Amino acid sequence: MVKIVRKKVLNASVTLLEVEAPMIAKKAQAGQFIILRLDEEGERIPLTIGGYDREKGTITIMFQKVGLTTELLGDLNEGDYIRDFVGPLGQPTRPELGEVKRVCVVGGGVGCAIAYPQAKALHEEGIEVDVIAGFRSKDIVILEEEFKAACTNFYLTTDDGTYGEKGFVTDKLKALVESGKQYDAVIAIGPVPMMKFVCKTTEPYNLRTLVSLNPIMIDGTGMCGCCRVTVGGEMKFACVDGPDFDGHKVDFDELMNRNSVYREREAKEKERHECRMEKLGKEMIH
Amino acid sequence: MPNMSMTKNPMPEQDPNVRNHNFEEVAMGYTAEMAMDEAKRCLNCKNMPCVAGCPVNIRIPEFISKVAEGDFQAAYEVITDTNALPSISGRVCPQETQCECRCVRGIKGEPVSIGRLERFVADWYRANVNAMPKKPEPNGIKVAVVGSGPASLTCASDLAKKGYQVSIFEAFHTAGGVLVYGIPEFRLPKAIVQNEVDKLAALGADVETNVVVGRTYTIDEMFEDGFKAVFVGSGAGLPMFMGIPGEALAGVYSANEYLTRVNLMKAYREGYDTPIKDSKAVAVVGGGNVAMDAARCAKRLGAKVYVVYRRDEEAMPARREEIHHAKEEGIEFLFLNNPVKILDDGHGKVRAMECVKMELGEPDASGRRRPVEVAGSNFELEVDTVIMSLGTSPNPLIRSTTPGLEANKKGCLVADEETMATSREGVYAGGDAVTGAATVILAMGAGKKAAEAMDKYLQEKYSK
Repeated sequence: MVKIVRKKVLNASVTLLEVEAPMIAKKAQAGQFIILRLDEEGERIPLTIGGYDREKGTITIMFQKVGLTTELLGDLNEGDYIRDFVGPLGQPTRPELGEVKRVCVVGGGVGCAIAYPQAKALHEEGIEVDVIAGFRSKDIVILEEEFKAACTNFYLTTDDGTYGEKGFVTDKLKALVESGKQYDAVIAIGPVPMMKFVCKTTEPYNLRTLVSLNPIMIDGTGMCGCCRVTVGGEMKFACVDGPDFDGHKVDFDELMNRNSVYREREAKEKERHECRMEKLGKEMIH
Repeated sequence: MPNMSMTKNPMPEQDPNVRNHNFEEVAMGYTAEMAMDEAKRCLNCKNMPCVAGCPVNIRIPEFISKVAEGDFQAAYEVITDTNALPSISGRVCPQETQCECRCVRGIKGEPVSIGRLERFVADWYRANVNAMPKKPEPNGIKVAVVGSGPASLTCASDLAKKGYQVSIFEAFHTAGGVLVYGIPEFRLPKAIVQNEVDKLAALGADVETNVVVGRTYTIDEMFEDGFKAVFVGSGAGLPMFMGIPGEALAGVYSANEYLTRVNLMKAYREGYDTPIKDSKAVAVVGGGNVAMDAARCAKRLGAKVYVVYRRDEEAMPARREEIHHAKEEGIEFLFLNNPVKILDDGHGKVRAMECVKMELGEPDASGRRRPVEVAGSNFELEVDTVIMSLGTSPNPLIRSTTPGLEANKKGCLVADEETMATSREGVYAGGDAVTGAATVILAMGAGKKAAEAMDKYLQEKYSK
């Protein structure tokens, strides 16, 4: 069991939780993830490590409420417990990235929650980091101030133009590259279609692009292959070989297809949310 | 008077057409009368060939004679003197290739049903006594056990009994390894596995779940933290795929994933959050026990199920009993068939599996006749789900994060056959992590040998 020590609601659907997990905090690196399970009936879901404090022994996770488990998780409060919390899992980004001087980090929606620690870690190393953060609309913008403090140049876009520049992150990225910005690599984190289009944008410039993939996972330790993805024609397990991969080699359409397997069942599950929350609340009291 | 019946006392079982709709245990176990009657078939022979066939050397005739007398408590004590997990081994051991194949009664007629008797004794004890073992006097020496499958549970139990301060590190949220995620409830009820873990805890062993050794905690760190020896029983959990087109389609599972969803996450039960695909027709590819388990789970979830195997029935590595059970439950076997491609329904989901018929050719290196494709015999098997059960290999995580730990070409840890010692001082290994996918009882045997060797090593080095 891990205890929730801080909760911050970032927007209507994105929540930040800081939990006590000293063994994980000691080891965690940007790009790695954890798997959690809320209670005995719960499923195991992967969430990227959004931050860690080695001294306090805490791990930060940020997540979007998209289904039953994340809804239940979002309803927990400071002082509540999460039954199972395991990690750090996956390969850290930094060794994969190699020698770089100038990097562009592109975050899409809730993906910004994962893009932020990446940008921060690289910026602290003295690397020049430009960030492009894209949101659908003004009301879901997150981490703006944090980003500004953790990068060289910060660009914010909204699809509907209600805040920052109007347009998609890919428009901004293209404009920056066309204007003569030289990047050694792009790191793209967000919904699968967004990562796919970032890769399409960078491909003509032969600009190296890392993506953080988010397939369905169960164990997260390489024993089931549920998270398998095709990269450069080869089968890879995202939980042990990734989750970061060379975006120009990833079969995104296959990933989107595999991620949709349980969509109907997920919708049904969400309806059970109310009664489960009541039960979870009772377990916390006892 | 011995019972000279040529056949074993049959064990009551759920009716095939009832049980293939539920996850309750298929075999219901002997009653005390049946057990005592079966026990009387044992001739109590002097040279005891059965004992030599048992990887954990249970004193078989001795416990059976106690059963025949009706002294089940004494029988339990004889068994547990050498075997830590009798309710598990009595259920899942392939006795036909271990103890029972050496039984003298098997020369003419059927051997004594050693497995059923072992199971009876363990179940009787759990139902009637279920005393938790007493914690032995601690000797102050810390040892770590990686993984909590059958090899680790056996090793941990033997070491804890000797007074070592044992810590078990398990990556999953529940201890038991393949006993909880792999073998289904209808063959091995999970409450039984939990009871064994509880007994281990009563002996003073500390079970830490959610620790991935190699990521959360490394073997080097264990030594830094004062552990004097480590046993690696991390198993062989890495699934293999065929590398044929269509394996990435929605609806293709590894048997490990399918079984983990069903058994560990209880996807078959109402109220549990983990989903599993609703399948109309399922093809399970492979012929081992894991394939039988996956097929029988899919059947219980309401699908029409085919087992597709490239050799003939004789060559199947699964236990005869499991094949028999699967057939009784209405699972269809397609022998001498091999998948070549999985076909798309146009929306990224499985529509069918293209197979080719095989015939047996010349014997290969393993001495088995190699199956070869019959040209032009391709056909489509209409299924919406495919479960690949082609075997597993050890996960590279531990060997890649532990300097000085030698592994062979197949990724199996190299360990001495007698002591289970690895290339790294103080580190021992056993079970599937060393042999590759094998059986529960062989893993238990390895855990036992390792515990003995670890005790010897630790006593020489630290106990003065």
